[in-house]
Amino acid sequence: MTATRAALVVALAALAAVPWWVQGDYYISVASQILIYAIFALGVDVLIGYAGLVSLGHAGLFGLAGYAAAVALAGGSGHFGAVALALAVALLGTAVFAALSLRATGIGFIMITLALGQILWGLAYRWVSLTNGDNGVGVATRPMPFGLDLEVASHFYFATLAVFLLALSGAWVFVHSPFGASLKGTRDQPRRMTALGYNVWLIRYFACLFSGLLTAVAGILFVYYTKFISPPTLVLTSSAEAVLMVISGGSGTLLGPIVGAALVVIVKNVASAYIERWNMLLGAIFVAIVVFMPEGLVPGSVRLAQWALKAIRPPPAPAGGSPPGRAGVP
Amino acid sequence: MSLWGILAINSVAFGGLLFLLSAGFSLIFGLMRIPNLTHGSMFMLGGYVGASLYMTWHLPFWLAALGSAAVVAAFGGVIERLLLRRLSGSILAQVLVTLGISFIVADFCLLTWTGDPISVTTPPALAGGVRAFGLFFTIYRIAIILVACAVAALLWVLLDKTRLGAMIRAGVDDPEMARVVGIRVSRLFTIVFCLGAALAGFGGIMGAPVLTVYPGLDTDMLPLALVIVILGGAGSLLGSLVGSFLIGFVYNFGQAMFPELAYFVLFLPMVLVLALRPQGLFGRHAS
Amino acid sequence: MSALDIAGIDAFYGDSHVLYGVSFALGEARLLGLLGRNGAGKSTCMNVAMGMLRPRGGKVTLFGEDVTGKPPEDLAARGLALVPQGRRIFRSLTVAENLIVAARRTQGNGAHAPWDLATVTSMFPRLKERSRQIAGYLSGGEQQMLAIGRALMSNPRVLLMDEPSEGLAPQIVAEVMATIRRLKEQGLSIILVEQNAKLVFDIADDIVILNSGRVAVSDTKDNLVKQGVDLHQHLGIY
Repeated sequence: MTATRAALVVALAALAAVPWWVQGDYYISVASQILIYAIFALGVDVLIGYAGLVSLGHAGLFGLAGYAAAVALAGGSGHFGAVALALAVALLGTAVFAALSLRATGIGFIMITLALGQILWGLAYRWVSLTNGDNGVGVATRPMPFGLDLEVASHFYFATLAVFLLALSGAWVFVHSPFGASLKGTRDQPRRMTALGYNVWLIRYFACLFSGLLTAVAGILFVYYTKFISPPTLVLTSSAEAVLMVISGGSGTLLGPIVGAALVVIVKNVASAYIERWNMLLGAIFVAIVVFMPEGLVPGSVRLAQWALKAIRPPPAPAGGSPPGRAGVP
Repeated sequence: MSLWGILAINSVAFGGLLFLLSAGFSLIFGLMRIPNLTHGSMFMLGGYVGASLYMTWHLPFWLAALGSAAVVAAFGGVIERLLLRRLSGSILAQVLVTLGISFIVADFCLLTWTGDPISVTTPPALAGGVRAFGLFFTIYRIAIILVACAVAALLWVLLDKTRLGAMIRAGVDDPEMARVVGIRVSRLFTIVFCLGAALAGFGGIMGAPVLTVYPGLDTDMLPLALVIVILGGAGSLLGSLVGSFLIGFVYNFGQAMFPELAYFVLFLPMVLVLALRPQGLFGRHAS
Repeated sequence: MSALDIAGIDAFYGDSHVLYGVSFALGEARLLGLLGRNGAGKSTCMNVAMGMLRPRGGKVTLFGEDVTGKPPEDLAARGLALVPQGRRIFRSLTVAENLIVAARRTQGNGAHAPWDLATVTSMFPRLKERSRQIAGYLSGGEQQMLAIGRALMSNPRVLLMDEPSEGLAPQIVAEVMATIRRLKEQGLSIILVEQNAKLVFDIADDIVILNSGRVAVSDTKDNLVKQGVDLHQHLGIY
């Protein structure tokens, strides 16, 4: 068994055992929150890390799914119907978003997604007849799949964990599939990909849809978690936090967004007990990471660890007597 | 009739404030190619600092406004030289840093000035109003319009009539070639970033008697700057001017006429322009 | 001491290796013609010399000073100027502004008075006429004159010219070549990149031919003429 596999098994076991080694319903809920935001971050990372597109509007899609579920439930729908509707609405919204946003790439994409996110926030805030405006929409009960009462913190945690593992597997399959490879191609060499006959726009579009799907799942879980949704969930700062999670953890990896989500959620919930202005801390950490460890915490830590290991282990004896390559060879 | 009249005046005044906000944003975006996501925070910071200078330290209003602009300009200079310059190879990294800094500034303001909105009283010299053409004009709003026009004129002189302005425009046109002919583009970046910050900070305190200063002002203003610059075109002063007044009207009339879809109305033109004419109405290069 | 010395330059665009150990030297007050087929790497050489592209190996020396890896504005301050391929004048500035932003005052080149707005516009009378026009609306030939004039405004000691005749009518090309000849007579050290070998042969002192990123020929023009070297195989023109 390789080191990575062993680590994975340990991690899985640790995750499954959370309700036992984490004391108290509050912290178990925080763990659920981490998983929910990890799914959200994975969704955002599909675009940032694998498609090379930074979105500052994903909180809008997150909230769109959440609102759709909440409004459906408030309207008397059953849980299954509400979830299905929310997924459909969010995917439709993503389809429209992506069609508009992909008119540009790079900075233009950032700006269009920011604007679209703001439009959704504005609708949530102003379309009072639909969304109840500032008052938000409450969710009365959590579902009871297979008779399991999700009102109990640890039960909700297990349900969330199940969805998270499903989402993570989906992301893993996506990233390692031929489609994932071509997506990375469009990120690194868009012109070459076009020259090779790939439809770069379509590849990016599907990546957006998958990203929207993960985001929607997270949004639905969120609304069941907090049992309430209101306009601040879709605000620009929330989209920015999602980007923060991905960049600080390490974009273009699967572990990175999870670590980033954990970081942000822990700072928000735990550090906030000690530091009142945790946003400042978050911002400072983010700036530090962008400046000093731009690849993110996960790849950066791996790099540091490799460097440390090399420093400890003695270097292997040089083979033969050939001089180093001529100047200019990288 | 008079309701629309009042809305119109408010729109023009709001447009003036938006110009102070967006002119700097446009210059920074045009020259440095970064949408400065700290810009809304700079506007808000200017409002807070100016409010303190005026209300707590009892400086005359114009001095408080200038002082506020200077403080925010200095802050901008520090960001540019210490952080942005380090990341000069990557535009995305620079944008992300401005995002992170906006978090820090927002919380700093909360820490220093608490969460209560600050009402800045209109300076007595500019208080009150006049009646003309059957409408009631508040003097302060007229003052905002006049000041914005004065600033626009000064900026126009700077950009169009000075060597520095020509160098900035050359940098907007072709930054690589500007360096080839010997223009110290990194120095221009610092100057333009500080100038943009100063304008935003000045706008914050000028707008304070009308908008008040409150947490969240930054995220309210930043998207507006974005819309205006997209509509008007990056690096175009005329585009900023026209866009600002346009958005001022759309914002106020939109809220009055379509309250539920106000934001939709506001952002949709921007989305359309980005989709159909990426360089904006007056701009010179696509984002 | 040579005016500009390129030694062992290895240059890459991303992962694409474009220049392989390119070396040549520009003598003071001489004109070096840099020839080669499309894609041979001539413009890349100019970009490296001007600091626009950082080489991964090798050295660039300007009048004895190592300037490898220095940014373009530093090189401009040390007397290096580029008339780039495609002219790249500042389209939204006026003709006069294009010249003014590049101005650099010096004590002069010894042989002649320093270049400034007055002397440059008197050398190119058409620019003087159009001095308040937006540069983007000039004709191709006028833009070329403007690009040359702009380069002169920084009072260079070494002038790099990348395909100045590209896309121009024959009469205009003749004007451009006459201008270059005048500049050479004034003592400017010039590298002239061209695809049209005949143009270059008329006025060059030295010839360097690049072939797929490597130096294929490097000699004085007189030597090449004397040896009757057939350059067609390197240049691929007939």
